Amino acid sequence: MGEWPILTTITFMPLVGALLIMLTSGEGDVERRNIKVVALFTTVVTFISSLYIWINFDNSNPGFQFVERYEWVGSFMAYHMGVDGISMLFVILSTFLMPFCILASWNSVTNSVKEYMIAFLVLEAFMIGVFCALDLILFYIFFEAGLIPMFLIIGIWGGKRRVYASFKFFLYTLIGSVLMLLAMMAMYWDAGTTDIPALLAHSFPAQMQTWLWLAFFASFAVKMPMWPVHTWLPDAHVEAPTAGSVILAAILLKMGGYGFLRFSIPMFPLASADFQTLVFVLSVVAIIYTSLVALMQEDIKKLIAYSSVAHMGYVTMGLFALNANGIQGGIYQMLSHGLVSGALFLCVGVVYDRMHTREISAYGGLVNRMPNYAVVFLIFTMANVGLPGTSGFVGEFLTLLGVFQVNTWVALFATTGVILSAGYALWLYRRVVFGALEKESLKTILDLDTREKVIIYPLVALVIFYGVYPMPVFDATGASVDALIQNYNAALEAAKETAQASLSN
Amino acid sequence: MQEAFQILVETQNLGLLGPELWLAVGALFLLMFGVFAGERSSSQVTGLSLALLVVTAIWLFLMGERGEAMNGAFILDDFAWFMKLLTLIGSALALIMSVNFMKREGVINFEFPVLVVTASLGMLIMVSANNLITLYLGLELQSLSLYVLAAINRDSVRSTEAGLKYFVLGALSSGMLLYGASLIYGFTGHTDFTGIAEAMSGAGRSLGLIFGLVFLLAGIAFKISAVPFHMWTPDVYEGAPSPITAFFAAAPKIAAMAMLIRVVIGAFEPVTPDWQQIIVFIAIASMVLGAFAAIGQNNIKRLMAYSSIGHMGYALVGLSAGTQSGVSGVILYMLIYMVMTIGTFACIISMRRRDGVVEEINDLAGLSKRNPMMALVLTLLMFSLAGIPPLAGFFAKYFVFIAAIEAGLYVLAVIGVLASVVGAYYYLRIIKIMWFDEPADEFVPMPGELRLVLMGSGLFVTFYVLVAGVLSDMTSVAAASFF
Repeated sequence: MGEWPILTTITFMPLVGALLIMLTSGEGDVERRNIKVVALFTTVVTFISSLYIWINFDNSNPGFQFVERYEWVGSFMAYHMGVDGISMLFVILSTFLMPFCILASWNSVTNSVKEYMIAFLVLEAFMIGVFCALDLILFYIFFEAGLIPMFLIIGIWGGKRRVYASFKFFLYTLIGSVLMLLAMMAMYWDAGTTDIPALLAHSFPAQMQTWLWLAFFASFAVKMPMWPVHTWLPDAHVEAPTAGSVILAAILLKMGGYGFLRFSIPMFPLASADFQTLVFVLSVVAIIYTSLVALMQEDIKKLIAYSSVAHMGYVTMGLFALNANGIQGGIYQMLSHGLVSGALFLCVGVVYDRMHTREISAYGGLVNRMPNYAVVFLIFTMANVGLPGTSGFVGEFLTLLGVFQVNTWVALFATTGVILSAGYALWLYRRVVFGALEKESLKTILDLDTREKVIIYPLVALVIFYGVYPMPVFDATGASVDALIQNYNAALEAAKETAQASLSN
Repeated sequence: MQEAFQILVETQNLGLLGPELWLAVGALFLLMFGVFAGERSSSQVTGLSLALLVVTAIWLFLMGERGEAMNGAFILDDFAWFMKLLTLIGSALALIMSVNFMKREGVINFEFPVLVVTASLGMLIMVSANNLITLYLGLELQSLSLYVLAAINRDSVRSTEAGLKYFVLGALSSGMLLYGASLIYGFTGHTDFTGIAEAMSGAGRSLGLIFGLVFLLAGIAFKISAVPFHMWTPDVYEGAPSPITAFFAAAPKIAAMAMLIRVVIGAFEPVTPDWQQIIVFIAIASMVLGAFAAIGQNNIKRLMAYSSIGHMGYALVGLSAGTQSGVSGVILYMLIYMVMTIGTFACIISMRRRDGVVEEINDLAGLSKRNPMMALVLTLLMFSLAGIPPLAGFFAKYFVFIAAIEAGLYVLAVIGVLASVVGAYYYLRIIKIMWFDEPADEFVPMPGELRLVLMGSGLFVTFYVLVAGVLSDMTSVAAASFF
C-alpha cells in the first residue's frame, strides 16, 4: 500500500468522463463535438495510464501486483483489486481498443450522442473492473454490470432487429451468470471468504468441485460463447453498432476465457480434469460446425460473428489442454482475436457507413476504388485465417500444439478448422473486394479517410508485430501460467495420493 | 390518582410505547380538527399528519431504550426499532407523494391523511406485537384503515370495487388468522410468543398446533400478498388511486413481514422444519407466479402488483433459511424493496397528460426523449428491481440467497434465481419501451415533491454500493434480536 492506487484510478477514470459528459447540456453540433472530444480524451488518458501498469509490471512475479484492498461489507465482500500476468494484458487490451471505438462512432452515431458516449465509458469502467477484481463478488458485480450499458447500446443504436438481439443477449448471459452467483455463495460458505487469492489456495471437496465447475461453466460458456449456447452472439453482433460489435468481440467474449483461467481451472482442478473431454468435444464441434455455418452467411457481420465462435473454440480447447503450450496459446489467441476481430468489425463499419448495408452480395470489386481498404482488409482476413506472420497464427498454432500433447484426435479435427476458416474468410474477401466493380451504387465509393486510417493502421502494425515477435506477451504471462499449471498438477497429485491412501487402508 | 398513573407507567414500562401513544393521540386530535374545521382543512390536516409521522420517526430514532412492556405483550428490540423506522418512512413518503395527486383528482378530504396515520399506528403495533392478541389488534387497526383507503375515491367504480374486494378477502384472511390463533392458544395455553415457544419445546408439537400454525401463516401470507393468497393484489393495486397504491406497496408489507418474522422465529422456533416447508413453498410459488404473470400485463400498476408478489417471494427465501443471516437478509430486502417501490410509484404517479392520468406501460414510450432524467432514474430502478449489480436490488437478492445456500436450500435457490431471470424480462420490457420506442405524447411536468422522492430513490439504488457495509451491519444487529 502507500502507492498510488493505479488500478482503481484506471477503472473509475472513464466514469469521471461519463459524469462530465452527463453534466453537459445542449443539443447543438458544438455540444456534440465537445462530448465526443471529452469521451476520446478520457479513453486516451485511461489507455496511457494503463500503460504504466505494463511498464512497471514485474514479469518474474507469478502473484498479484498493484494490489489494493479495503473492507467493504463485512466478510461477505471486500474491495480487492490486483492484476497478474493473466489479467494484466486484458486490461491493456480493453483500454487500448476504447479510443478506436469512440473514433469509429465519430460520424456514424448521430442520435443521442451524449447517452451513447456515457454508455461506452461506463462499459469501459466495468470491463476493466472485471479483469482487476480480486474478490468473487466484486468480480460478479463488474461482470454483470456490463450487461446494462451493452443492452442499451445494442437496443438503442442497433439495427432493425435490435430489440430481439438485445433481449437475447441480456437474458442468455444473465441466466448463466445467476447460476454462477449461487456457486459463488456456496464457495463462500465452504471457504469462509470471497477473496480470490485465498480461494486459489483453498481446496474444495471433489464432489462439490463438480457442481461448482458446472455452475461457472454455465456462465462462461454462454459468455465465451461455446457451442451450443452461442446463438445470441450472431444476433447481437449483427444488430449492434460497429463500436458495440468491436467491444463485444474483442473484450466481452474474453471474459469467459478469463473466467476459466481465473476460476474454473485453478479453483476446481479435479473437476476441470474430469470435464476436459466435454470441453474438447464442444470446442471441436464449435470449430467445425460454426465454420461451416460461416461459409453460408450472406451478412458480413454474421460471418465474422460465426468465425468468432470458431476461434473461441480454439481458445477453450487450448485452455483445457491444461499444459503450458495450450494455456499460453489460449491467452495469445484471445488477445490476438481481440485485435483481429475488432479490426474486422471496424472494416465492416467502414463500408457500412458508406453503403448502409452488410449484405455480401451488395459489394464486389471494392479494390478498384478502395486500394488502401483492400490492403488492410486483406491483412486482417489473413490474420483471421491464421497465416504465419500474423498474430492469429501464433495463438492457433500453440493451442493445437498443446492439445496434440493431450489428444491427437482432437488436434486432428481442430486443424480442419484452419482450412475451413481459410475457406470462408478468403471467399468473403473475394466476393467483397475482388472482381469487377459492376454495381452502380459502388461507383462513387471513397477510400479510407484520415480518421479511418488513424483507427485501422495501428491495428495493422500490431497484428503483424505480434505475429513476428510474440515475446512481450509471453514474458508477461509466463510466470503466472507456470504457477497455474504447477498448482493444477499438484492438486491432481494430491487427489491421487488421497485416493490411493484410502484404498490401501 | 396521579400515583396510580405513575405506578402504571413504571410497572408496565409504558415509556416504550411512547411513539405509539403519541401517534394515537395525534390521530384523534387530527380527526377532531378535521371534523370541526370542515373540508377546507384537508391541506392543514395533511401537513400535520406528515409532521406527526416525522416527529414519531425522530422520536423512535432517538429512543435508546429496549425491552418489553405490558407484561411482555409489547416488545421493542433492535429488530422492531429498525422495522418501525422503515414503516414510518414508507408511510411518510407515500403521504408526501399523494398531496398533489389527490388535489388534482378532486378526492382530497381530511380523512385520507388521518387514515394513513391510523394505519401506521396499526403497523407499529404489529411490528412490536409479542402476543397473539396484540398482533391481532395491530393488524385489524391497520387493515380497517387500508380498506377505507382503497375505496377513498368514492365516485370511482374501480376504487370502490377495489376497496370492497380488499375488504371481503381481508376479512376472510383475518378470520383464518384468528382461527389459527385460537387453535394455538387451545393447544399451548398461551397467547404470548415466549410462552408458546416454551410450551412447544417442552411438550413437542401436536397436530392441532400445526393446524393453528397453518391458519396463522395463511392469514399473514394474505397480508404480504404471497401466493396462493395474492389474488386481491392486482385488482386493489389497479383500482386504488396511485399514491394509495404506493402506500399499500411499501409500508404495510414491511410491517406484515416483520410480524411474520417475529411469529415464526420468535414463537415457532421449536418447530422450524414445520413452518420452513410452508415458507419454502410460498416463496417458490410467489417468485414463479410473480415472474410469469407480470409478463402479460399492460397496466403498469398491475405489473407492479405482480412484481411485488415476486419480491415478497424473494424476501421469504431469506426467511425460509431460518438463520440470523436469513433474517438479516429479509430486513435488508424490505428496506431496498421499499425504496425501489416508492421511487417507481413516484414515476407512476407522475404519468399524467393534459387530459388526465394514464397507466398503460405503452404511455411511457420514448420517455428518454421527452424526459431524460425521469427515464434514466426509472431505468436504474427497473434494473435494480431485476437485481442487476451494481444497483441496490442486487444486494437485496444476494443476501437472501446466500442465507438459503447456507441453509442448504439449493433447489429453492436455483428456482429463485431462474425466476429472477424471467422477471428481468418484464423489467427490461419497460426499459425497452422507454428507450427503444418512438415517443408518445408528453406528460405534464413532474411536481417538485415527486421529483425529490424519485431523485432520492435513484441516488439510493445507484450509490448503495458505497453504504452497503453500514446498512448490512445495521440489519445484522437488528436480526441479532432473535438469536
